[in-house]
Amino acid sequence: MTKITQIQSDRFGSFGGRYVPETLIGALDEVAIAYAEASCDESFQDELKRLNASFVGRPTPLYHAERLGEAAGNRDVWLKREDLNHTGAHKINNTIGQALLAGRMGKRRIIAETGAGQHGVATATACALFDLECVVYMGEEDVKRQALNVYRMQLLGAEVRPVSSGTRTLKDATNEAIRDWVTNVDSTHYIIGSVVGPDPFPRMVRDFQSIIGREAREQFLECLGRLPASVVACVGGGSNAIGMFHPFVCDEYVELVGVEAGGSGIESGRHSASLAAGTPGVLHGSLSYLLQDSDGQVLPAHSVSAGLDYPGVGPEHSHLKDMGRVRYTFATDEQALEAFHKLSELEGIIPALETAHAIAYVLEYGASVNGPILVCLSGRGDKDVSHVAEIESRGSFL
Amino acid sequence: MKASAISSVFAPLQEKGRAALIPYVTAGHPVGDSTSTVLHALADSGADLIELGVPFSDPLADGPTIQDSSFSSLQNGTKVEDVLAELSIFRAERTTPVVLFTYLNPVLRYGLEDFLSDATECGASGLLLTDLPVGADCEVERTIAESPLDFIRLVAPTTRAERVPEIAENSSGFLYYISRAGVTGARSQLRESLGDEVAELRSQVGLPVVVGFGISTPEQAREVGCASDGVVIGSALVRIMEESGVEAGARFVARLRAALD
Ligand SMILES: Cc1ncc(COP(=O)(O)O)c(C=O)c1O
Repeated sequence: MTKITQIQSDRFGSFGGRYVPETLIGALDEVAIAYAEASCDESFQDELKRLNASFVGRPTPLYHAERLGEAAGNRDVWLKREDLNHTGAHKINNTIGQALLAGRMGKRRIIAETGAGQHGVATATACALFDLECVVYMGEEDVKRQALNVYRMQLLGAEVRPVSSGTRTLKDATNEAIRDWVTNVDSTHYIIGSVVGPDPFPRMVRDFQSIIGREAREQFLECLGRLPASVVACVGGGSNAIGMFHPFVCDEYVELVGVEAGGSGIESGRHSASLAAGTPGVLHGSLSYLLQDSDGQVLPAHSVSAGLDYPGVGPEHSHLKDMGRVRYTFATDEQALEAFHKLSELEGIIPALETAHAIAYVLEYGASVNGPILVCLSGRGDKDVSHVAEIESRGSFL
Repeated sequence: MKASAISSVFAPLQEKGRAALIPYVTAGHPVGDSTSTVLHALADSGADLIELGVPFSDPLADGPTIQDSSFSSLQNGTKVEDVLAELSIFRAERTTPVVLFTYLNPVLRYGLEDFLSDATECGASGLLLTDLPVGADCEVERTIAESPLDFIRLVAPTTRAERVPEIAENSSGFLYYISRAGVTGARSQLRESLGDEVAELRSQVGLPVVVGFGISTPEQAREVGCASDGVVIGSALVRIMEESGVEAGARFVARLRAALD
């Protein structure tokens, strides 16, 4: 091979990269350059700061969850309240940043994929704010599971396109969003919803989400005069987890724990635990741990929570796993539903089903931690209430 | 440049001034017909070269027609090794070169070096990976380039001019020009500037330039064939085979060939 120009920084160890159709290379370069410029442009950073304060509602509080801590074996448990962000989840930290960037690039049309609908709502919100056209791809299965969020997106002026190919969930919505981008790349920016996809998305989304961990770290030091012993977050694509973990990665005595969706249990094969049970492979533009069969076909994921129902995971998580810096584990559907109830009853906070996986971990293993525990409460559960009620009246998850 | 089966297709055609006819089919589709039979039918109806799609569960560069054909092939249990076995049955009797067209993941999972040697042994002449653009993975690219297979790369209308020489240098067999920004799928209209773009590209690179994505009628094939070294017909053929069977597909290929002659 001759003269191949490769940017090394598009990788986390051996993971990540840009495994995309040739048609998108120009657009990825454009996003990478615009992002690099915006990162050192004070006016961009000021605008982001201003919107985070006045529109999103940052900084979000750090809350001492005493009754949850008691239930977790008398531990000191603190919740970073991303559920109190405008639109009810951490997703908006990323969409405001990327919508601002789209404006800089002169792109007036935005597309996004969504699973739980939280990223779709957060994207539609940013598009309403900046007067951008918005199209959101959502698997047909999820359109059913998350009907409330579909209507919220429509209220905000977005078009929701149900996706009926493949497994009709987040993976297929992502395929469809990429196909749209390949087709309309000149006019369109793709606001990807997690730390997945080709470079520069995983690092850019991480940077926008790292405000979670930066605030939490400072708040923790202020309230307790020390760092947490353990930091816990749920992992779907991995954006709330990376956002929370990233500012702690160099604090080597702080344990970092990512909780994936164990579905009906790993042995059942019906789960979304790519890091716990997957192998490295290429999906949606990057090399990362992936649920796949022996022929390299991507396996359908399963989780009671639409936002974790994804067979891949962000490449930086794969790197952190292989380095041994983050420990990845999982909680099952059943444990998550139990935690959903527990947090509601104990603290008066109804968590998103995604977030309930992190809470389930704390309830199960909190007692083994020697010191205060920080949990990313990534979102609120209003969107899940009718789905949970339905599951419970049916008496089964299937 | 490798002295390959693929380059020996283009050299005499270029002399005659005729574009190569390159039909695409998805292996294992239509369900119920063996892939070797389909390949025979294509060769019999005048294909100069064949693109054989190895189905992948998440074909993000493909439109609905090829997505559906991949999905039904996989549902029917098609495995990578089945595709290679069918290819070798065809190769035992015919010389028409076959380019395997797929995504990176099934190849990585099979084992890159094993895949390259098994594909070569089964009679493949080239490999095209839609999600491996030039520069994306030097190690993988080098391994493929060093194999006996021609390594077919894509150039898109959105590819910046400075990238073209780099892509050409890292390609062999032919260069595949994507007729428009978008996924595969039949289209009723070609873009007006297509002919000029292909002419410009041919003047820059020392490889045959083949055009594909969206070409769906004999008229379009003739028009594109006048400006290029080869024409790929994919979704339109896959759809005919899906709706009316392999023989109807073969008749369509014969009409395309007549339009190019
Ligand atoms: C509240 C909440 N938490 C977590 C997730 C999972 O995404 P990620 O792993 O990128 O944070 C989602 C996704 O929809 C979500 O809505």
